[in-house]
Amino acid sequence: MSDATIGSRRSFWRPPPLLARLGVLAGLLGLWEGASYAGLINAFIAPPPSAIFASFEMLFVQEGLINAFVRTFAEALAAASIGSVIGISVGYALHRYKMAGLAYTDWVAAMASAPLVLLYPLFLVIFGRNSATIVAMGVVGCLPPIILKAKEGLDGVRPVLLNVGRAYGLSRWAMFSMIEFPAALPTIFSGIRIGLLFAIINVVGVEYLIVFGGLGQMISDLGDRFEIPGMYAGILFVVLVSICFFFITEKIEKWLLSSK
Amino acid sequence: MAAVEQIGRAGRAAPRPFWTIGRLRVAALVFIFALWEIAGASGLFYRGVLPSSYLVVWALLGLLTSVEFWFHAGVTGLEVLVAFVLGCSAGALAGLLLGANRYFGAVMEPFLHYLAPTPKIVFLPILLILFGVGMGSKIALGAISSFFPMALGVAAGVRQVNPVLLRVGRTFSLSRFQMVRMIYLPALVPSLATGLRIGLGISIVGCLMSEIKLSRMGLGFSAMEYYRVFDIPSMLAVLIFIFFCAALGNVAIDKFVRLPGPQDRQKRKWSGFTRRFT
Repeated sequence: MSDATIGSRRSFWRPPPLLARLGVLAGLLGLWEGASYAGLINAFIAPPPSAIFASFEMLFVQEGLINAFVRTFAEALAAASIGSVIGISVGYALHRYKMAGLAYTDWVAAMASAPLVLLYPLFLVIFGRNSATIVAMGVVGCLPPIILKAKEGLDGVRPVLLNVGRAYGLSRWAMFSMIEFPAALPTIFSGIRIGLLFAIINVVGVEYLIVFGGLGQMISDLGDRFEIPGMYAGILFVVLVSICFFFITEKIEKWLLSSK
Repeated sequence: MAAVEQIGRAGRAAPRPFWTIGRLRVAALVFIFALWEIAGASGLFYRGVLPSSYLVVWALLGLLTSVEFWFHAGVTGLEVLVAFVLGCSAGALAGLLLGANRYFGAVMEPFLHYLAPTPKIVFLPILLILFGVGMGSKIALGAISSFFPMALGVAAGVRQVNPVLLRVGRTFSLSRFQMVRMIYLPALVPSLATGLRIGLGISIVGCLMSEIKLSRMGLGFSAMEYYRVFDIPSMLAVLIFIFFCAALGNVAIDKFVRLPGPQDRQKRKWSGFTRRFT
């Protein structure tokens, strides 16, 4: 595809991206539905979209979708809250004590790319097969981004602001709560946001693996019972929920950055 | 001049702080080690939950000399390798397409952008139906996981290529292939390195989690077998082996894909894992 072809294509009318995106989505679903009716796709392996959407009712009425969602959400939120308190404290310590920051920040970054979720059997033997294990795994997942972003935010506070604080002779706590924390808040929030997403990923993953509580367990159960349309609907629900989270927190982050 | 020398001398004469980076790191390791031993011996946890480290080392040595362990390690290694190669190459290709055509990117990229942070493990039941309980479903999950960060990273990288370089290329009327090879690829090295690093980590997670869920072989299966018979030292030894291999893989990627400047590398390490969300 050379530049000439791009130039010539521009003369054609193109639908706005959002419309085109919806068109692509509708086209794919229609193709799937059609292929399913024509017998090209085995309905057992991939039930038609209409059957998947229809089984949402079953999920709400029989499988307790709302309860499962609330449970998963509460676990992820608990994990992100605990992770935020620990993560911001550690991030502050790494910012405050420069040598410690130099020594350990690399370790935290390495933790971020390590497959930490695989530690869950260890937590399983410590806490047992219950919500504590799931929340603990959520905390483990969300800590690295929160720590790194908190340190990054605090390191980036403008020196002018710090000098103002020093001029007023603020105590260390006042300095943190009145100047450093508010100034670093947008960056800290973006860490918490990524942390929350990581927590959801870990929480759903561990729920699925140990078949205990929440959306992960629901999907595992539906799959074990070969309730295939319901299983697809459950998976779709998890995907939609995480997309909603991502979207909402993205908007909040943008708003925080713009009001900085 | 004299003043400058004095400052220089004063700087040199300043006492070195006792807590250097190396000492801090050693101290932290000793602390964690001691904490583990004390917690294990304190009786706060059930017996055997936190086994003494020499038991873990002993178990690790036992594993490393057993044929069965290397069979499981080989299975997992093969799964991760195939998943990583498939996912990353598909991701890089998708990223190039998304980045190269502005309209195509604007239409399709939000799909990837919003699908990227969803928990991939929930797709496993579908993959089990499609590919069976063997290695296929594990490879598929690993590949899907590593596809997203690579695609998004490369697409962003393509868009950030310095426009001056592109104009230079056009001035020399380079072909599409020459543009990719001589201008896009060198500029994309950082994005590729980040994509590879994240991709490796999460393809390991994808393969191992699906092994843990349902399989008859592989390191995930082997760790869960040790958990079932409550052989915690061996379970921990398997986990340590996995972490060691993951770290080794990261180092290999860093060495293989040479990055410009240590400072940039530092920054990239930080931003790497957030890349797929930002």
